Amino acid sequence: MPPDFISNLYVFILAGFVGFEVIRRVSPLLHTPLMSLTNALDAIVVVAAIIIAGRHETRLTTVLGAIAVAASFSNMVGGFVITDRMLRMFKSRGPKKS
Amino acid sequence: MTELALQQYLDFAYIVAVVLFILSLKFLSSPVSARWGVLAGEIGAALAVVVTLFNPEVVQYKWVLIPLIIGAGIGVPLGLVHMTAVPQRTALSHAFGALSAAMIGIAEYYVGTTAVTRFEMGEIALEVIIGSLTFTGSLIAAGKLQEILPQRPIVYRGQNIVSLSVLAGALGLAAALVVNPTHAVLFPVMVIVALIFGVMLVTPIGGADMPTVISLLNSYAGVSAALLGFVLNSKVLVVAGALDGSSGFILSVIMCKAMNRSFTNVMFGAFGQVQASAAGVQEERTVRSATPEEAAGILSAADKVVIVPGYGMAVAQAQHKVRELYDVLTKKGIDVRFAIHPVAGRMPGHMNVLLAEADIPYDRLMEMDDINGEFPQTDVALIIGANDVTNPAARTDQSSPIYGMPILDVDKARTVMVIKRSMNPGFAGIDNPLYYMDKTLMLFGDAKSFVNSIVHQLSGNAH
Repeated sequence: MPPDFISNLYVFILAGFVGFEVIRRVSPLLHTPLMSLTNALDAIVVVAAIIIAGRHETRLTTVLGAIAVAASFSNMVGGFVITDRMLRMFKSRGPKKS
Repeated sequence: MTELALQQYLDFAYIVAVVLFILSLKFLSSPVSARWGVLAGEIGAALAVVVTLFNPEVVQYKWVLIPLIIGAGIGVPLGLVHMTAVPQRTALSHAFGALSAAMIGIAEYYVGTTAVTRFEMGEIALEVIIGSLTFTGSLIAAGKLQEILPQRPIVYRGQNIVSLSVLAGALGLAAALVVNPTHAVLFPVMVIVALIFGVMLVTPIGGADMPTVISLLNSYAGVSAALLGFVLNSKVLVVAGALDGSSGFILSVIMCKAMNRSFTNVMFGAFGQVQASAAGVQEERTVRSATPEEAAGILSAADKVVIVPGYGMAVAQAQHKVRELYDVLTKKGIDVRFAIHPVAGRMPGHMNVLLAEADIPYDRLMEMDDINGEFPQTDVALIIGANDVTNPAARTDQSSPIYGMPILDVDKARTVMVIKRSMNPGFAGIDNPLYYMDKTLMLFGDAKSFVNSIVHQLSGNAH
């Protein structure tokens, strides 16, 4: 078992608990934006894809990496754009009064 | 700067990104602060991407920058889709996320075939299997939501055994690879088997179960990203994957509870064949129907109205007409609220987004538990395109397939009005006794045009 595995497992478990506690508090009103936002955050795999494509080791890995870069970056951009659009629509009554 | 020092700077930037990601989700706890959440997420993501471009391992930029531009070119239009298309867009983005995770896992295998240890092989195989099945499963879900594929569950005898055998096949190939990671021929076969399993996993699931399925696929996409973090020893991926995975998991649990079903039941239960048993009894019972004029008359005499939207409202794109109805009733001094069932629509929160798009203030949108106690004091419950979530058989009829599912207690309102195309049973094919009650008026027609007629009547009377 590689030594990094244990530290990654720690991080995974702690992040899972943080995620659970934070997301439990998200209003059901916002469950759709929650899903598109977590999609955008999950698209951080783009950083791994950039390294795979940028290392340029073999043609195969570069092609796979390039596809991964495009797929995840489209999620990142699209996820933030649509989440922001959705959240802008949520208005309470009479915000113009103030 | 030495390479090691640079690596530490990069790691530090990733830690900042992770903190921003967690804050981003925390801001989402209230609609007031939610937009800050997007900003925090954007800064974190931008920081992580930019510093990665300075990683010394990146030696050529052509095949990094071109895909980034292509990705942005795909992402922006996908971010600008119409709000009614959000469920299929979400499924598609699960597919992209999983595709990306699977591609990186596959690339990792081919980069390190000679050096890969059994333990690493196990991680890679698991990651690639989950990524691949989530990719095809999400594509099928998107196809069903876009109505390219039939929304009804596609089932055949022995389906579960066949599907589980395929999954066992993929896991068996993974085990063989762990035993001997140099058996390179097995790797692409494993990927293909996992891709096939993804298709088999989602095809038997019907449209009404999509809120659960889309949440589960969200969770899988997160898990595959976290596993990729283990493979690459990248903590930022582990954290982002864990956050996404727990989010999808929590949403799936909420959806399952809202349907009183278990995960296994959703995945392997193939809900949705029309129940043949009740067919004979149906014809005896009578329903009362009403015209838009009559409906408008009853609504204008009411003090409290609760509107119950469902998938039918989304299909008919009636949300803007519903907003006009809300306006005209509110102007008459009538208290109008919306009762949102957790599984109304095709994904978690679907109805809230559509109604918010139509400019209905979010403080008028009530969760099931908050509104259910108020139905006895409600004059009119107006149901627009919802069916199973209002079915009182869920409370009373033990033989009903939805028995035990929490529902909106619309039958306790003084008058119930249901806008519906015809008496055809709803998606799950379950008869709804609500429609035969004395207090129920059926308003037959297209949701959009019927609401429009009511609005015309009401605004005509106002003068």
